[in-house]
Amino acid sequence: MLKVTSKTKQNLVLIISILAGFLVGAVIMLVWSYNPLQAYSSMFMSALGNMNGLGETIREATPLIFTAIGFAIASNAGFFNIGLPGQAQAGWLTSIWLVLANPNMPKFVLLPLAIVAGIIAGAIVAGIAGWLRAQFGTNEVITTIMFNYIVLYSSQYLMQQIMPSRLRIDTDTTKTISANGSLKINWLSSMFGDSRINAGIFLAIIAVFLYWYLMKKTTIGFEIRSVGTNPFASRYAGMSTKKNIILSMLLSGGFAGLGGVVQGLGTYQNYFTQTTSLDIGWDGLSVALLGGGTAVGILLAALLFSILKIGGLGMQTIAGIPYEIVSIVIAAIIFFVAIQYVIGLLFKDKGSTPDIEKVSHITEGEQ
Amino acid sequence: MKNTTNVIEMRHIVKDFNGFKANNDINLTLQKGEILALLGENGAGKSTLMNILSGLLTPSAGEIVVRGKKVTIKNPTIAKKLGIGMVHQHFMLMDSFTVLENIILGHEVTKGIRLDFKKAQQEIKELSQRYNLNVDPLKKVSEITVAQQQRVEILKILYRGADIMIFDEPTAVLTPQEITEFIQILHGLANEGKSIILITHKLEEIKQVADRVSVIRAGKSVGNFKVADVSNNRLAELMVGRHVNMQLDKAPAIIGKTILKVANLNVKNKQNIPALKGLSFNLRAGEILGIAGIDGNGQDELVQALTGLTHIDSGHVLINDQETTNQEVRKITEKGVSCIPADRQKFGLILPFSIADNLAIQSYYKKPYSHHHVLNHDLIKQHAQKLVSQFDIRTTGVESPVSDLSGGNQQKVIIARELSRDSNLIIAFQPTRGLDVGAIEYIHHQLLAQRAKGKAILLISYELDEIMQLSDRIIVLHDGNISGEVKPDDTSDKELGLLMTGVKKEGTTFA
Repeated sequence: MLKVTSKTKQNLVLIISILAGFLVGAVIMLVWSYNPLQAYSSMFMSALGNMNGLGETIREATPLIFTAIGFAIASNAGFFNIGLPGQAQAGWLTSIWLVLANPNMPKFVLLPLAIVAGIIAGAIVAGIAGWLRAQFGTNEVITTIMFNYIVLYSSQYLMQQIMPSRLRIDTDTTKTISANGSLKINWLSSMFGDSRINAGIFLAIIAVFLYWYLMKKTTIGFEIRSVGTNPFASRYAGMSTKKNIILSMLLSGGFAGLGGVVQGLGTYQNYFTQTTSLDIGWDGLSVALLGGGTAVGILLAALLFSILKIGGLGMQTIAGIPYEIVSIVIAAIIFFVAIQYVIGLLFKDKGSTPDIEKVSHITEGEQ
Repeated sequence: MKNTTNVIEMRHIVKDFNGFKANNDINLTLQKGEILALLGENGAGKSTLMNILSGLLTPSAGEIVVRGKKVTIKNPTIAKKLGIGMVHQHFMLMDSFTVLENIILGHEVTKGIRLDFKKAQQEIKELSQRYNLNVDPLKKVSEITVAQQQRVEILKILYRGADIMIFDEPTAVLTPQEITEFIQILHGLANEGKSIILITHKLEEIKQVADRVSVIRAGKSVGNFKVADVSNNRLAELMVGRHVNMQLDKAPAIIGKTILKVANLNVKNKQNIPALKGLSFNLRAGEILGIAGIDGNGQDELVQALTGLTHIDSGHVLINDQETTNQEVRKITEKGVSCIPADRQKFGLILPFSIADNLAIQSYYKKPYSHHHVLNHDLIKQHAQKLVSQFDIRTTGVESPVSDLSGGNQQKVIIARELSRDSNLIIAFQPTRGLDVGAIEYIHHQLLAQRAKGKAILLISYELDEIMQLSDRIIVLHDGNISGEVKPDDTSDKELGLLMTGVKKEGTTFA
């Protein structure tokens, strides 16, 4: 076994995990007689090799950063918010609707208003689950999953039955929003080869910073982390677990809602009927877990996800690899990054055993 | 010492954790049929050594000889095969299983694919009779007392054929009467030829039970003695490495006004069964009121009711003449209440958080530690550094996680946080649980210093010695009410033991 310092180990493990994922992906492609070299080069060329691809990669990462932060905040408080897709969808529909309904409002009013409305929509959806948990101890995994369906089909109803027809093209698609409510920045798009990159990425960077600041520097984050780590000691110290449960779910849903806003006002410029829960919700969950819940980790994991997604499109169109194989390869890569721990067992920390964590627990038990 | 064959020889054992030597050249021998006490402070390496012997850890160096044969105990299965069994401090039993099921778990006797309960029950019956370990094998573990659970643990290892038995702090959870019975059981086991290692802090117990004692300090063997040849004071000194004052200098109490008034308190437990039934008492400034009793007679509920953690059904709590019944935890805390919880890792600390953060969890929300919700980390750290030196918390830095500290130092973190707040009422619930002589001495002195400052101290403890040494008055809690009030000077362990089991004292007004 190799002996390395823990810092080197961390980086080595990450690199080896990613490489192992690519290697397994290559084997899968070889089995079905596709050329992995061609496939991977088209992946990277299309995701990073030109300005348009780069812009799309950044665009793809943007909503994931928000939903991942949403997941991470709830997770800090000890909750598994699996309702990110519904919360994001609520944010998306709300913001688009508001912009379409007020086409003549000045941009400096309309855009912030639409963003805030989307945040509130996501926060309400998550907040209900939080309130149920705080008040009645309802399991948030079940309520948030169910809210995904509630939002999914309520949105369909709202689109088809409630939304005034002047805002729609047909019962499944809204009109495109006016420039007053759009996150699109023309010079940015043209700089990145007319891609759909938008102001959302700046909001995302601010959000990453805010998330870090909130969690590490404020009493709010301190309480959320305390309650999530040890609710008993937190209650004993006079913190309100109920308040923190609801607050963390509101924040979590707010960020997820913002992910939906960026998807709507940034990427698509409209809303169209969804048949399944939003991908950005599910992917945000994976991104948060992959990034270990840290601000920087979320940023990097979101980029990895979007490179694989955008690059995956390139693998299909340029290298002609079927969608199914591409999905398997991407899943293999994410799988290996996720099981870093196993890869880590190949290394030995200097002067310690690989099961040092288990060991230290045993010695701590001494009393 | 009926026979001088060594069943176990541990030679020059070293266990290195990342450069930290938890065991550093330890030698230990256990003779057939003897009771050997293993004495040492927390973190001295006792548990590490015993975990090596029971296969949970592998030594970095040294050799182990069992019954004359050199062995490598790579895992607990090998230890089991060698006849080594351990009764852990925290019992490893399944509450919803019966005693019988717990004992045979992992060693099921089968008839085809069916469990042969009859045969197992017969074997267990024989074992219980032989070693005087009476328990009903068909009762669920959740229905039997702690002392009986301990017997189940003993039966479990006997059933697996152990003849080298390790006990980790076995009397910590027992009442004085139960301890007497337990000591008889130990002697019975030794007489039947079982060899026993007893990990303990209690010097008195060593005197009563053990043949020999092996002292370790900071990972090293300090000495092996025949118990008859060495005094308690000498053992304490060897263990701690300095002179220990076992006798507390207690000045006469200067009693002030009533700080805590509890009147007719009724509280239900988590299962919604009445746990406190009309409890009333007063506590005055400058006084230590000891609450004795067996675990589970309303102590948890009392502390939770006083601190606002549980709902009070009826009755009143007055602190400094102000009603605090069913108020929020923080409101009560701010009325001048400090609480040292019994379970420090569950209620007292947030283990993965830093020492500084743990020292701040009662004050982070106030100026100057935060302003407009923004934490002042520098100040929190400075404050922590001050407390670390003032309360002698042994650590590499205030930013390391509190989980890195030894049990005694973790407790000091809580003590520092709670006593530095200058509260009028100090609730100390099992303040020295699981701590070694040095740490216990320290905490007792701290509590007495608070008493001298005129603080009112409510000491709830299952350790009779502690209650007897510190209290000015003692009330005994039984089944949610007071079964007697005594003065430490004119009572005995025996009387307290009887009160604890609910035999009421004659002439008391509490009925």
